[in-house]
Amino acid sequence: MEQLVNLTIDNKQVQVAKGTTILKAAASIGIKIPTLCYYELKGQGIENKPGCCRVCMVEVEGKGNLAPACATNVSEGMVVKTHSLKVVNARRTVVELMLSDHPASCLTCAKSGKCELQTLAQELGIRDITFKGEQSTYRKDLSPAIIRDVNKCIMCRRCETVCNKLQTVGALSAVNRGFMAVVATAFEQDLAKSPCVMCGQCVQACPVGALAEVDHTRQVINALNDPKKTVVVQTAPAVRVAIGEEFGLTPGTRVTGKMAAALRRIGFDYVFDTDFAADLTIMEEGTEMLGRIDKFLKGDKSVKLPIMTSCCPGWVNFFETYYPDMLDIPSTAKSPMQMFGAVAKSYWVEKLGIKREDMVVVSIMPCVAKKFECQRDEFKTDGNPDVDYSLTTRELAELIKQFNIDFNSLPDEDFDNPLGASTGAGVIFGATGGVIEAATRTAYELFTGKTLEKVDFNELRGMDGVREATVDFNGTPIHIGIAHGLGNARKLLDKVKEGKEFFHAIEVMACPGGCVGGAGQPYHHGDFSKVERRFSAIYEEDKEKPLRKSHENPYIQQLYKEFLGEPCGEKSHHLLHTHYFDKSDKVEFVKE
Amino acid sequence: MAKVKLDDNKIQKIKDICAAHGNKAGEAINILHEVQNTFGYLPAEVQELIAEQIHVSAAHIYGIVTFYSFFTMLPKGEHPISVCLGTACYVRGSEKILDEFKRQLGINIGETTPDGKFSINCLRCVGACGLAPVALVGDKVYGRITTDQVKDIIAEYQN
Amino acid sequence: MSEYKMHILVCGGPGCSASKSEQIAANLRSHLQQEGLEKEVNVVLTGCFGFCEAGPIIKIMPDNVFYVKVQPEDAKEIVQEHIIKGRMVERLLYTEPSNGKKTPLDTDTDFYKKQVRIALRNCGIIDPENIEEYIALDGYKALATCLTEYTPEKVIEIVSASGLSGRGGAGFPTGRKWAATAKSKAEQKYIVCNADEGDPGAFMDRSILEGDPHSVLEAMAIAGYAVGADKGLIYIRAEYPLAIHRLQIALDQARDRGLLGKDIFSTGFNFDIELRYGAGAFVCGEATALIHSMEGLRGEPTMKPPRTSDKGYLGMPTNVNNVETYANVPAIILKGADWFSSIGTENSKGTKVFALAGQIKNVGLIEVPMGITLREIIYEIGGGMNGGKKFKAIQTGGPSGGCLTEKHLDIPIDYKSLSDAGSMMGSGGMVIMDESSCMVSIAKFYLDFTVEESCGKCTPCRIGNKRLYELLDKITQGKGTMEDLDNLRNLSHVIKDTSLCGLGQSSPNPVLSTLDNFWDEYVEHVKEHKCRAGVCKALMKYEINPEVCVGCTACARNCPVNAIKGEKKQAHQINQEACIKCGTCMEKCKFGAISIK
Repeated sequence: MEQLVNLTIDNKQVQVAKGTTILKAAASIGIKIPTLCYYELKGQGIENKPGCCRVCMVEVEGKGNLAPACATNVSEGMVVKTHSLKVVNARRTVVELMLSDHPASCLTCAKSGKCELQTLAQELGIRDITFKGEQSTYRKDLSPAIIRDVNKCIMCRRCETVCNKLQTVGALSAVNRGFMAVVATAFEQDLAKSPCVMCGQCVQACPVGALAEVDHTRQVINALNDPKKTVVVQTAPAVRVAIGEEFGLTPGTRVTGKMAAALRRIGFDYVFDTDFAADLTIMEEGTEMLGRIDKFLKGDKSVKLPIMTSCCPGWVNFFETYYPDMLDIPSTAKSPMQMFGAVAKSYWVEKLGIKREDMVVVSIMPCVAKKFECQRDEFKTDGNPDVDYSLTTRELAELIKQFNIDFNSLPDEDFDNPLGASTGAGVIFGATGGVIEAATRTAYELFTGKTLEKVDFNELRGMDGVREATVDFNGTPIHIGIAHGLGNARKLLDKVKEGKEFFHAIEVMACPGGCVGGAGQPYHHGDFSKVERRFSAIYEEDKEKPLRKSHENPYIQQLYKEFLGEPCGEKSHHLLHTHYFDKSDKVEFVKE
Repeated sequence: MAKVKLDDNKIQKIKDICAAHGNKAGEAINILHEVQNTFGYLPAEVQELIAEQIHVSAAHIYGIVTFYSFFTMLPKGEHPISVCLGTACYVRGSEKILDEFKRQLGINIGETTPDGKFSINCLRCVGACGLAPVALVGDKVYGRITTDQVKDIIAEYQN
Repeated sequence: MSEYKMHILVCGGPGCSASKSEQIAANLRSHLQQEGLEKEVNVVLTGCFGFCEAGPIIKIMPDNVFYVKVQPEDAKEIVQEHIIKGRMVERLLYTEPSNGKKTPLDTDTDFYKKQVRIALRNCGIIDPENIEEYIALDGYKALATCLTEYTPEKVIEIVSASGLSGRGGAGFPTGRKWAATAKSKAEQKYIVCNADEGDPGAFMDRSILEGDPHSVLEAMAIAGYAVGADKGLIYIRAEYPLAIHRLQIALDQARDRGLLGKDIFSTGFNFDIELRYGAGAFVCGEATALIHSMEGLRGEPTMKPPRTSDKGYLGMPTNVNNVETYANVPAIILKGADWFSSIGTENSKGTKVFALAGQIKNVGLIEVPMGITLREIIYEIGGGMNGGKKFKAIQTGGPSGGCLTEKHLDIPIDYKSLSDAGSMMGSGGMVIMDESSCMVSIAKFYLDFTVEESCGKCTPCRIGNKRLYELLDKITQGKGTMEDLDNLRNLSHVIKDTSLCGLGQSSPNPVLSTLDNFWDEYVEHVKEHKCRAGVCKALMKYEINPEVCVGCTACARNCPVNAIKGEKKQAHQINQEACIKCGTCMEKCKFGAISIK
């Protein structure tokens, strides 16, 4: 039986389970104790609790020093004051100290308005900094996707925890000592030269502006302003269930129609949907998967299984860096965003009768790594990228605000055709397990030749970090593995590598929860229930779609008929497939 | 940061040291001690190699190296000078001795003279408080130093 | 001690070594050999005698005569006169300053008279590289007694009853610590010796490890038996190569004789010890930081609980004590808890080792009973102020401690009284200051240390201490305001209240204690821009008195920045803008024409 503990917090009695922290005990009776370093991804096994910012300090009767509420467990008869004079004075002083070593560049800071330190300073009524003095001087590091502005680092260690524990990437660590201590890369080298995979979870975790995505809204406005350019926008599935949060809506509110309307008002010439390209991905990846499985079942020993999904750019970077010996296993299918770009700058420019150079493709992504992906050389033709700019969900919200669009009162509008039409299968790409479920829906019908009656594969859904399921393909069991969060992917991959387990297919998403928990999404500040609500919304959206299997998308069928020919055919191969590179030298030393 | 290329002998030696400690991450500090004893300092490439051998990230090793003042990423001078700034030496004027060494050699704490001969560091208490103020050149202890003697001490190692 | 007729003990402590004591030993040996006496007289390089001021020291046994300030050239005379002819070498005898008499017996000196040596009982007496000598003085007998006669519970009971408490600074009761680790259930437990002495100006642990390493090994084995651990680790500073060397020898010798390893004294008890090296981080003196460092991580402290007795090294129950604490244990076991608890005060039992330093005559390492007064230490053991200057302050507890004044000199010292007075016992640094010390600068000195040694994990310690340092620096520059003094105090209290570990929680003590005890001096710096000790360069001005200056040009020639101008045989002048206040001119002036204003 669970042991209960009685204590008093701010003169209120409370009973909680033994082992509960003061922070959570206080929250259970509606008392909010401010925190900064504390960061929890509930259900994902991640809790950053170094107890180091000293913001959540509270007074515990009988103890000389103040205690950090986040890291102090309750005990029987404890008497806690969360906002006593001593506490408020200490808390204010501690935050003032932080501000005294923090550049006051809020006006142009990427996190302004979303910065937890800024909010704290406001809540504590800090108007002046008593203790002025030397500030840290580190250089700014600009990578293709992430900016590190280490001078803003407050040593909360949230990024270090997600980079090492959640993602097992190991690009970041606390370095130096004392006043100079910050979280940085090895040898304080550029992030781009480190083993960083640009997943951006550090950006999502960072409470201040020390880690932020590279802003591309200026370039997008310039393109929109250029009368010679046709500007096409595509939006990823996970954006529509999250962007509402930026306008005060409940997490998980679906705003697909409003988002399309907003994009049109901003001035994009064509408002398309990455979901269309997700359906296309299923045609390619699903065909590739079936091909491999088919050969395998016929006894071809040379065939590489499992086939692994390749939609997630953080994941692609990860296996290129850490599993260079497995580069022939992932599907060669490009990500939906890149497929879209390739189709837009071939099929659609042809239709419009314009030159490739005169089209600008912008993508709205829940992702930071997509900024890196669209800049990869293999996705360019004569230096012109298939996708010109990738904006995060947050950047789109900022654009909408800049254009003074009253988002919440916008009418629901549809995407433009033909590249805006999608099935439910395309939608669920936004959640962990969704890509493999979408592939299964199509592969089942292609493999068995039968119509799939029950479209929902509940066995593939969920929030557990590593999941396994077996799907019955009319008597043939297909073993599927799913991981989200790169640390979980590593676990799964190591099992496969050591031959401990066999899978026909594996889906990996770098971010916890899949794209709904993407690094480019509105900041959840450690409230992972927001991600869970977005996750549910994705499946609601799927359910309401009249078509829920990718191969049923009439515009996809039309595209193959008019332009591509066969899935995995010659033209598809050229436009929609890619290859991978060994990037393990990023983690190796220099040898003479 | 200057890139130092490692030759095969060095690589083998470092691998041997790591292996002698079972290539265990928990042995990181012992390994760094031994490697620094062998090579005098810990350049980035050496840290990367150690990281690889004991299966941790280079950032992790760099985090350790930059935490402990005993580890250095820069080669020390041929004759490292350490001035004791422990309390006993401090109250007997060791700061002035330190200033004089800096002035004579034209370098700051943690730096090495351009000819590579001398470097200056501070340390806290060598246990020779009876001789305060104290400075070390290499392993040799100089006690009850006056600012006038600094020049002579340096001269001893000048050739 | 074997068949030798005589022993010459040569102090091999760090101070005496720096003054060529090894050369003295070598010379003694070669002269003895020339005289054919090498089989009769044994020369032993021992650990620290403690009386560093008079070093290098040698002592001749069994005559019990000690010689001070010995030079390598004196070896011949010592052999010829003392060893062969049996006559004392008068000129090398110690002269007691209080009565001007030659004092051949060390126990007769003021320096040693009031000391009670328990932790240092063998230092300066035995050859630390020879286990036989340790055993000859009842070494490993305490371990044998525990293993063959006492249950683990009984051992803990004795240690608890003795009242021994942690000598590393905080003074936590050792018996309670052992009992907590004993109570924790786990497959593996560890005994850790904290030998990461990082206090600037403290070298007690080093002296014990270099002078009597087996006492620590024996105590760790006893602790292992008491708490149920078969593995010990000594976390030692890499900056102590001699201590490491002697520990390695001691470990090898103890293993060879079966005093460490499997089935010790055929009782089935196994215990062995490994060395772990620190790498220069003061914070690693904190138990959780020390454990992370031993695990190969950054030495950052973590929140307690869990305490190390529940979750320590590799997540297993771990007992952590410091060197001096362990060194007391074998003596307690052999002589009993009552004997130990009879020494000291009501709430602090036994003795404490201090490193006595600063502007005092007898600098050195002393071990005194708890309850002795600071006055006794300074004026009797310490021989009074150096150069007859006036006592100003005494700093105890190192960077975590505080500065006490004249009014505190008569309190009997123990953990409580020192902390009530605004300082602390700490690991045992004790620095005596005269009027040439500026108390604002002393506070700044300690904060400089803390800023350098803060691990940077928690905000108040990482940034707060830096701001304290900057405020103090501003005051020493003559730019401070009265508001800054208020801010110093407020910030100090917040840092104490909110820091994560003991380092930050005590780092403002030097500031608070000097604010309390030397408030006037702070105010002088702020309001009058004056540093009465003449330490704060920005507040002072060297001036040449034209009435006295004869124009010899010595000052101008020696000025490193050419700030002094003047015609030969004419009064000179200092360009105050260019002057760097190095004081060279004043040193060089033979006429006393230059003074500080």
